Amino acid sequence: MIHIENLWKCFGDKEVLRGLNLHIPRGETSIVIGRSGCGKSVLLKLVTGLMKPDGGEIRIDGEEISNLKDLNRIRRKIGMLFQSAALFDSMTVEENVGFMLSQHSSLSKREIEGIVAEKLHLVDLDGVQRLKPAELSGGMRKRVGLARAIAYNPEVILYDEPTTGLDPITGSEINRLIQDLHAKLKVTSVVVTHDMDSAFSVGTRMAMIHAGQVIASGSLAEIQKIDNPILQQFISE
Amino acid sequence: MTPKGNVEKQSLSTQPYCRSTLVRFADYVGGWIFKKLFEIGNAVTFICSTLSLIFRRPFQFNLLVRQLLLVGVNSLPVVLISGIFTGMVLATQGYHQLKDLSAEGSVGRFVSVSVVKELGPMVTAFILAGRIGASITAELGTMKVTEQIDALDVMATSPVKYLVVPRFLACAIMLPLLTTFSIVFGIVGGYFTAVYILPVKMNGRFFLEQARADIYINSVVVSLIKSSTFGMAIASVGCYKGFAISSAGGAEGVGKATTGSAVTSLISILILDFVLNHVLDTIW
Repeated sequence: MIHIENLWKCFGDKEVLRGLNLHIPRGETSIVIGRSGCGKSVLLKLVTGLMKPDGGEIRIDGEEISNLKDLNRIRRKIGMLFQSAALFDSMTVEENVGFMLSQHSSLSKREIEGIVAEKLHLVDLDGVQRLKPAELSGGMRKRVGLARAIAYNPEVILYDEPTTGLDPITGSEINRLIQDLHAKLKVTSVVVTHDMDSAFSVGTRMAMIHAGQVIASGSLAEIQKIDNPILQQFISE
Repeated sequence: MTPKGNVEKQSLSTQPYCRSTLVRFADYVGGWIFKKLFEIGNAVTFICSTLSLIFRRPFQFNLLVRQLLLVGVNSLPVVLISGIFTGMVLATQGYHQLKDLSAEGSVGRFVSVSVVKELGPMVTAFILAGRIGASITAELGTMKVTEQIDALDVMATSPVKYLVVPRFLACAIMLPLLTTFSIVFGIVGGYFTAVYILPVKMNGRFFLEQARADIYINSVVVSLIKSSTFGMAIASVGCYKGFAISSAGGAEGVGKATTGSAVTSLISILILDFVLNHVLDTIW
């Protein structure tokens, strides 16, 4: 589904990604782990076209996206849950969740309301349509962000640190939601995290970034067997 | 040690110091110029991108109407108050200046020409730069820092089309309208002062005749063109400064950008006023 080859990204003199290679298979939930500042979130921004790579290729469904003119066509296949949820302050929950539908479909207001209610139900948040993001708790904001990410029925969902900043119980609920959505929607998911509980509970595959490169990747069982001290230290901590 | 030896030693020790200071100074100045040119290039690209997206579908009139209300209707009270007091101050000052020349009868003319040609557009633009320009920067800057602008991009919606175009059009449309109100109320303020407050009360009809004497349609058109251009400048600066905040800038970045936006808008208005006065005077 997503092929990344020899990806380079620098900020000034700092080389964040140094020839990174990664394959995200269709229908799997791939976890990307690594220390803070290793370039996990940068990787998501490169995949969504928010940043341009300095070198290398990113192919989504066989299409190279780095120099693609109509990037929005690819973006319509992607849903993203941001670390801070990134809900639009000025809009209600309903307007947030239905944003892509109102922008890119010819559905009527009533049809959009129906889809929004359905997606909010999927994330266990019924009846909050009229609330503003400021009236929601951290966990609720993430759920609304998740409902917004799946509103347009994406083929790929990207999760940027989905449990960061949440208490353990709310974090577990978000993990359960990610598992439920994967089971119900059969989408390809990429979860960037350094929360190992979250990683092992939602993932089917895992890759670790260190020093700008993927130093280990494979299924969860394979990862645990790889004899790499950095990886083993990271997953055992 | 001989005196000659002393001199040689001194020149050897100070020469590298002088050179490195010069190099550092040139490096600093060059870096500053390069940075400013880069910023200007980015701003020009941003404005061109905004202009090109104005005529591209989809046209979201609901967003434009919302901005028209925010920029226009909500600014009306402050513009009216400032317009009235501008006219009152002009009448008072004009009366005292003209009295020395025994021309106090021309207060109406003095007020209307000043308000229509210069102070109406300028005062309105200054107020909008502080009220709307800074608010645009703060709003868009906060959206940038909280990844809301990234979210728009990821949801296949152009942030420039969605956020900048309605604000740009609203400022370009509403500034001339607000300026018209400011001019009318400036003349009303001048009338009120001249007829009821000044030591020598002026006849109301005479004031209005004087006020109309030097005002031609060209002056009004020039004034409205100027104010529309000021509106475009305020929106462009406000939006650009908001978008230019780094995601890691945080609240401090938003605060700095907001201040920078107000200052840049005010300077841009003054420069544009000078340029437009020359250009439009040449045309008409």
